Amino acid sequence: MSFAGVMRPGHAAIRVLDMEESLTYYTERLGLMKTDEDDQGRVYLKAWDELDCFSIVLREAPSPGIDYTGYKTCSRADRDELVGKLEDYGLEIEWIPEDELKGCGERARFQTPSGHLFELYAEKKQVGDGLGRLNPNPWPEGLKGMQVYRFDHVLLYGPKIIETTKIFTDVLGFDLTERVLSPEGEMNVSFVSCSNKAHDLAFVEYPEPNKLHHVSFMLMTWEEVLRAADIMSMHGISIDIGPTRHGITRGRTIYFFDPSGNRNEVFCGDYTWYPDREPITWTADELGKAIFYHDRKLNENFLSVVT
Amino acid sequence: MSVNKFIITIEDNAEVFTCPPGRNVLKAMEQLGRKGIPVGCRGGGCGVCRVQVLDQGGYRTGKMSREQVPVEDEEKGICLACKLFPEGDLHLKVLGKWRKQFLTGTV
Ligand code: FES
Ligand SMILES: [Fe+2]
Repeated sequence: MSFAGVMRPGHAAIRVLDMEESLTYYTERLGLMKTDEDDQGRVYLKAWDELDCFSIVLREAPSPGIDYTGYKTCSRADRDELVGKLEDYGLEIEWIPEDELKGCGERARFQTPSGHLFELYAEKKQVGDGLGRLNPNPWPEGLKGMQVYRFDHVLLYGPKIIETTKIFTDVLGFDLTERVLSPEGEMNVSFVSCSNKAHDLAFVEYPEPNKLHHVSFMLMTWEEVLRAADIMSMHGISIDIGPTRHGITRGRTIYFFDPSGNRNEVFCGDYTWYPDREPITWTADELGKAIFYHDRKLNENFLSVVT
Repeated sequence: MSVNKFIITIEDNAEVFTCPPGRNVLKAMEQLGRKGIPVGCRGGGCGVCRVQVLDQGGYRTGKMSREQVPVEDEEKGICLACKLFPEGDLHLKVLGKWRKQFLTGTV
């Protein structure tokens, strides 16, 4: 497909209770690299296969959770066009100046009815993957921990997810790839894609606004997911569930928690999304299988523990 | 019973287990295969493991989400079991519970 408009999830800004402990976790265990920090004490991290200078920003705060999620557009013109559409749709835009996050261009921030903050930006300084773009090696040596390839998506919990999802599908050009319908036939889980991944963002209906369910990082193989689980046990990292299989997106996955209780995921292998596909629908009576394909039952912890 | 283990009593269901110094109460409970306090993130973030210390031989807490334990609550002995480190025997009341998960509706 030819990309236009929103290109990919570009960053997630995460609140942590203790920076030092969190930094050890995100670098030594997940395998992100620290690229920068700023005078507010925020720390910037990237995964090895990302070229832009950061994808995760950590901020020490009294309560964990997510501050905002940023999406990179293909060009500045695309960003401005989409911002115009958001304004026409009735959303208020707050412009965050260039370099408020170090290395990131101007960001257009808006809030969804679910209570979450999102940003669109077109430019971020590239620092590369250490391999170069000319006759590169396939991977760099000296990677740590789970060696995640990239930040992949977030799953957010909040109210009014039908309205919220509409902003992404009707205004920003995302495709709805999968959804869950409540017994009353209302969508209460939505997966949307701005690319040909099975999801770049997901929402679950929940009474409290602005909640984080998980931040996800990509691996390539099931063996790597298993190895990630080994690392969790080696270092006493809190595991939520897995390794297992999702019905939704077909992903092979494990869920676990950072030291502040923010849920993370590493996963591999969904499917290729093309815009000529119909969205997949899951019904409430098969929700157990939709979420965890082998357990085939609902997991209270997974459904209700959020930050 | 070794002298350097603390006795944790959960009031609601009369569950009793021991916790060595330096271990958090939730982990001690899980390692012994006991139940009684709901287990969530184990990181002081989600609030699922909220407890109130009723009478106590002393304890300290690690960093906990302020959203889950506001200052007024902390002054009443409310804390998160995954960040609760006993320094003596403790009696606990379980406050945390699974949030109503309504995704399933009436199914
Ligand atoms: S289990 Fe989440 S705060 Fe203790
Ligand atoms: Fe995910």
